[in-house]
Amino acid sequence: MILLSLVGVFFFGGLLAWLSEFVDVRLPRWVAMLSAVICAGLISRLVFMVDSGGVGLLGWVDEFEGSWIPSLGIDFFFAADGLTVLMLALTVLLGIVSIASAWDEIKERAGFFYFNLLWTLAGVVGVFTALDLFLFFFFWEVMLIPMYFIIAIWGHENRRYAATKFFIFTQVTGMMMLVSLLCLVYFHSLQFGEFSFNYNDLLRVDLPKSIDLWVMLGFFAAFATKLPSVPFHSWLPDAHSQAPTAGSVLLAGVLLKTGAYGLIRFTIPLFPQATALFAPIAMSLAVISILYCAKVALAQTDIKRLIAYTSVSHMGFVLLGIYAWNELGLQGAVMTMLAHGLSAAALFMLAGGLQHRIHTRDMREMSGFWIVAPKMAVVALFFSVAALGLPGLGNFVGEFLALLGAFSVSIPAAVIAVLGVIFASVYSLWVMQSVFQGPSLRQEGKDSTHEALLDLDRRELFFYGVMMIGLLWMGLYPQTFLDFSSGVIEDLVMSDDAAALYAREFSK
Amino acid sequence: MSASDVIPVAISGSDLLALAPHIALSVTIVFVMLLIGIKRIYAISSAVSMVGLGTSAVLAFVQFYGALSNDTSQQITPLFRIDLFSLFFIAIICCAAFSLSVFAYSYFMRLKDDQDEYQLLLLLAALGGVTLASSTHFIGALIGLEMMSMALYGMLAYPVHSHENSGGSLESAFKYLILSAVASATMLFGIGLLYTETGLLTVIGVGEFGSDPSALIGIGLLFIFAGMAFKLSLAPFHLWTPDVYEGGPMPASAFLATVGKIAVAAFMLRLIAHTNALSIVSVNFAVLSVAIFSVLLGNLLALRQQNLKRLLAYSSIAHMGYLLIAILSFSVESDGSVSLGTGLAIDAVVFYLLAYMVMSLGAFGCASLISSSERESDSIADYTGLFWRSPWLAVVLTSMLLSLAGIPLTGGFISKFLVFFAAVEASQWLLLFVLVVGSGIGLYYYLRVIFQMLQTPSKLEPLGIKRSNWETLGAVLMLFSVTAGTLVLGVYPEPILNLVEQIGLSL
Repeated sequence: MILLSLVGVFFFGGLLAWLSEFVDVRLPRWVAMLSAVICAGLISRLVFMVDSGGVGLLGWVDEFEGSWIPSLGIDFFFAADGLTVLMLALTVLLGIVSIASAWDEIKERAGFFYFNLLWTLAGVVGVFTALDLFLFFFFWEVMLIPMYFIIAIWGHENRRYAATKFFIFTQVTGMMMLVSLLCLVYFHSLQFGEFSFNYNDLLRVDLPKSIDLWVMLGFFAAFATKLPSVPFHSWLPDAHSQAPTAGSVLLAGVLLKTGAYGLIRFTIPLFPQATALFAPIAMSLAVISILYCAKVALAQTDIKRLIAYTSVSHMGFVLLGIYAWNELGLQGAVMTMLAHGLSAAALFMLAGGLQHRIHTRDMREMSGFWIVAPKMAVVALFFSVAALGLPGLGNFVGEFLALLGAFSVSIPAAVIAVLGVIFASVYSLWVMQSVFQGPSLRQEGKDSTHEALLDLDRRELFFYGVMMIGLLWMGLYPQTFLDFSSGVIEDLVMSDDAAALYAREFSK
Repeated sequence: MSASDVIPVAISGSDLLALAPHIALSVTIVFVMLLIGIKRIYAISSAVSMVGLGTSAVLAFVQFYGALSNDTSQQITPLFRIDLFSLFFIAIICCAAFSLSVFAYSYFMRLKDDQDEYQLLLLLAALGGVTLASSTHFIGALIGLEMMSMALYGMLAYPVHSHENSGGSLESAFKYLILSAVASATMLFGIGLLYTETGLLTVIGVGEFGSDPSALIGIGLLFIFAGMAFKLSLAPFHLWTPDVYEGGPMPASAFLATVGKIAVAAFMLRLIAHTNALSIVSVNFAVLSVAIFSVLLGNLLALRQQNLKRLLAYSSIAHMGYLLIAILSFSVESDGSVSLGTGLAIDAVVFYLLAYMVMSLGAFGCASLISSSERESDSIADYTGLFWRSPWLAVVLTSMLLSLAGIPLTGGFISKFLVFFAAVEASQWLLLFVLVVGSGIGLYYYLRVIFQMLQTPSKLEPLGIKRSNWETLGAVLMLFSVTAGTLVLGVYPEPILNLVEQIGLSL
């Protein structure tokens, strides 16, 4: 029931936030915050449920099943295991952070804004918990619409292009996933005599060799677009740079993770053989994403575009870890998802904060902000070094594990991917230098627009502080988080013959 | 030969009872005509038309549930057959015509001309649609088709004396008149060819030509298909659609887009289900290429449209293409006959028609609510900032457009999902590819309109002409029920899916 009420709280919270605008324009943000906090409470209950018992694959800590469209074998089937709980915790934390980041930024049509924000969160929670594949697909598509509105209404100068591109990319690959999903269901009905969209049932389907790979590719396309991975990534820099801060935070922190989650939960367990065949290509794509997008990031002058490209690069490590398909790699992928969720969200908040203050995202117009806004500079430094993978912070643990996992299946892939870490140091420090160091424009009296640059206030410091603690925790004692997902991941790796197939494929 | 011999030509009392929806409509037509003759009061003649349409819808629903419980179907002369399938279509056609009559009422409120006859023409067209949907005989079908088309010419040209609109509507009506006549002629020729070969005009008998029919039957079926493809505005027979939609008054275009297509599609389904048409290679290939053309061309041409009606016209071309994809996914037995019991294809088609009707009604309804016979608000620029000027209307239009785009929570999603499902079952990979590409392109132009509605307008001027709440009350209520319908179809389709399955089996 907890899972259903999570979706429900966001859903009705959204409606209430919209309606509350008619009472008082300041009310929607409080309603939104309240619903997010209630959800945080619900998730903390789930967290303790995971702690109390060891959970493996298909050993759900909480589930809900109800009838929806029985004639097609479609049910309301929500379930959560350790992995889900981690993702849900990240979602709600970043939900709260994004509401906080919108607190003063969004003044126009606030009710509708928070409505969209909460519905996006409802969609994401649905994606993470739905285990009926129709329901999953339903949420997968539903979460896009409010996000489209967020970009299209509150976005920046080029929002129409960005919002449309975002929507079309994700929708079209979503339809490919739908075709694949229906193939799977069709073969289930051939083999077991009835339609079923239930995850547990579909795991048993044995697809003919001739179409196995194609069906898998449908799922892969949808998830690789969301992740994103080269060559499906081009929507992301546009969407990120045009979205309002809260939108970027949700996109980078949470929506990208649904792609990785989908790969772990659906693509690989449903198609172990095809995955084994495809793994070398997926790992190559991952390596290309890591290096290419890091390189492209260096060429950016728009600070949000730059962070967006680094996101693609970091998500490459996730893809690499997942397709290594061993315990280390998967743990690394999950840790990177969590750590990148926090660091990227914080960086987008900083970029958004800068834009809100000085009305530009162009780094050529920024310089020497350390003197004007020292607190902001320190916070930025912290998250930049987190992003570049400084030991002691979460991103390091994640990327290290992912590389370690990849190393055991493919040495060349791991070796080349490591270069990405070097690139990451270059661009992270370069941003720090060009924005926060150098001559202060204000001191030289060259530019008056930067007069307005205010340092972080207490509310902002509080939320950055929370994310810093999270990253430190992940970096210094990752075991807390690893314990949550270890049960699931062990079972995933054990249950498939993929691991064996992997060794064979790679030894060729 | 057997079919016409067995069925008595005389009509019994129970037959008349079964034809109650048709009779109710006919009586209303006569009554409205008399009323207009006595005194022209627009409100009263509109009200009577609405009551008539409502009554026949209710009668059809009652009969539908009756037939559902005892599973009967009734052949009334060789011309008509009243079964679950035809009752369902009669009911939804009457419902659509009812809501179009409501929209037309406020649209023509300010027309500086006689307004009453529009409702009369609408009733006639509805009767034509109902006749077409229930006929199992080519003659019955032709009567229905022509009755609908004739009335539509008048409806399209109706505001010809209103100063601003006259050119467009006259052009629209003439284009439709000429091309529709050509289409009917084509269809008649096809029917003639079938008749020379089989000696039959009944849909059910004509199909029994075995698995290896002569060339004449193939050609005849092709001609009939071309005629129907014209009415369904399938590419390459679609050229009239955007011009006619654009020129005609909003409620008439809406009628053309909804009832005009659903009735023809219903008859086409009957024809395809009862003949081996799909197993004839040439016919199958023709239908396949028309489907692919329609989906791609419709979506591509819609991309750059600046006029909402033209955009909806092209989008309807694409939608009829999706419908054909589902029809092509019918499972064909080894002897060439269509097997409706296996697979979801027939469910997909019927559900698609229902959802398409609801969402088109909604989209055109929104447009007609901010237009009037004096001023058509059909340029996309007219919708700038609709979200902030008239939020409820914008929410309705947005949900209709999202439904047309096939986004979840709406009926359009479930119908597209079913089409996907049917095509996967039939292993129509090429068509699936076309479907994905077409829907992908389609997203762009629906989003364009939505984005336009989200823009902040330069000045907050009221939309269209100002009308009192009383005048538009009916239309507003109708829009809300249509929206509710779309959402129910999208969120809880189970009851409708069960019905649709029964309907498909009764065909």
